[in-house]
Amino acid sequence: MTQLKITPKRISFFIPALILILVFVVYPIIATIILSFNINPIPGVNIVERSPGFENYIKIATDKRFINPKGIETHSFPMGAIIHNVIWIAIHLPLTLIVGILFAVYLQYVRGGSIIRSFIFLGMVIPMIVGGLLILFSFDKDLGVVNLLLKLFGLGFLARTWTIYPDTALFSLILGSVWLWSGFSVTMYSAGLSSLPREVIEAAIVDGADFKTILFKVIIPMLKPVTLTVVAMTILWDLKIFDVVYAATQGGPGGASMVLALLMYEYFARLGDYAMSATVATVLTIIIIPVVIFWIRSVIRGEREV
Amino acid sequence: MKKLFKYRRTGLIGSPYKILVLNIVAWVIGVLWITPFIGIFMTSIKPFREVVLHGWWTISPFTFTLKNYVDALFNPMFSLSRGILNSFIIAIPSTVIPVTVAALTAYGFARFSLPIKKYLFATILFLMAVPQQMTIIPIFFLSKNLSLLNTYLGLILVHSSWGIPWITFFLRNYFSLLPVELEEAARVDGATDFQVFRKVVLPLAIPGIISASVLQFAWVWNDFFFALMLIFDPDKMVVTQMLPRLKGQYQVDWGLLSSGSVIAMLAPLLVYAFFNKYYMSGFRGWAMKR
Repeated sequence: MTQLKITPKRISFFIPALILILVFVVYPIIATIILSFNINPIPGVNIVERSPGFENYIKIATDKRFINPKGIETHSFPMGAIIHNVIWIAIHLPLTLIVGILFAVYLQYVRGGSIIRSFIFLGMVIPMIVGGLLILFSFDKDLGVVNLLLKLFGLGFLARTWTIYPDTALFSLILGSVWLWSGFSVTMYSAGLSSLPREVIEAAIVDGADFKTILFKVIIPMLKPVTLTVVAMTILWDLKIFDVVYAATQGGPGGASMVLALLMYEYFARLGDYAMSATVATVLTIIIIPVVIFWIRSVIRGEREV
Repeated sequence: MKKLFKYRRTGLIGSPYKILVLNIVAWVIGVLWITPFIGIFMTSIKPFREVVLHGWWTISPFTFTLKNYVDALFNPMFSLSRGILNSFIIAIPSTVIPVTVAALTAYGFARFSLPIKKYLFATILFLMAVPQQMTIIPIFFLSKNLSLLNTYLGLILVHSSWGIPWITFFLRNYFSLLPVELEEAARVDGATDFQVFRKVVLPLAIPGIISASVLQFAWVWNDFFFALMLIFDPDKMVVTQMLPRLKGQYQVDWGLLSSGSVIAMLAPLLVYAFFNKYYMSGFRGWAMKR
């Protein structure tokens, strides 16, 4: 359609949002970056006596809670927050994609599939703090579903409270997050599937293609835009993860499940080192930027197609 | 069923026997999937002693009790009934303000030609993805300097601002799909931009406004981080903030924590159940193009 010419009066449509965003979002982002260089942008912030510059970034790179070479060498936790976030993505992302596409396709052929889909979606509805507690509950030695299942299959000797041991705490949280977050990928793929043109799949059936061929040669390639969205959102979610860890383990035991967002909070609340806290936040944002650019591009490309 | 039959005939799904097995397996997985929810609910309505001794899954013995709920709602330290009230006090204005403000902006985006629109749009997308951690330190000190720290108003302003980018993005898509003929007719009749927006566009966009409101409400209710950073007074804490504090120092008191969890997730679950259509369309619109 033709767009209306912008006039001073029309600019007023943007003013309230602009003010709120500038004061409470844009200015804080810029101030956080400045603070990370030990320069004080806001009256009232105590910065520990350090000289302006990259000092904090050097300090964070040698912080064991950020990255722990010894842990990485010996393959034992803690390995440091940034490595934990990477491990989180490495396990969570493929699982969420597989679960998402398989369930979306599978549940199409099941009676009451939409009910099961809404069961799976529940994890997206509840507060992530409750999600973290549910994960804690599920991995509990006596009450948890995980250990109940192990006992059911005769593996009862493995039963333990998985979240309190350094070697299993992080993995428990990651598996728990797959459980919580699958609602997203299943819903996205289901929506994508229902918008696929029927004729293409039917033509493939007529041509005698079997299920595997249709899945890999027709459905998955056609759902590529959905996959891109799910990949971007899952990576962003895994990097920003906070509530689940806070509720379930507080990053413990001994930092074995520490993640970047929680490390930022630790610096702020426990150590009162605001400049270092800002540095961790900035590093976190720098890490997500490539993913965000990738996502913004795909959204803008989608805009043009419509 | 017709669809199933067709797939069966073409050999895609297989025999009736195979279909039955597929259905049973799906339902077993579905029930297993929500077992943690069932477990936490069962734990919340049983005396914790009984749960410890026999497990939450036993039907006998089964003593029904609401003690856990009473203990959580009227906890002397962190009273969840107060928490629920605070969550409403925060979440309702934090929904109304950004939806109103963002609706105006979204309309501008959809209809007015701006030279820098492309960059503004990319900025909005960027702000949708930025971590909360990136903004909170300056917000903390800004609030402190403005005496907004540890107040409802401070948290409401932060939540409202934080919600504007995604609501703008979502409503812009919605508005740009509305027919323009009515708007043009109103303009010919001499209506101002604001009148067109209020009298013509908004009534047509009500489903979109509801979707955005429902998701924003649920988001604010579920949020933990902003509240954790900006509210300290136990009397002002929101429910998600109180919940982890009920955990207990050395041993997890699942009696209290299970009822607390149920209480904290009740509001978003009800919103999801009653506004399901709007919730889902908002959810899809949030991440997918149109």
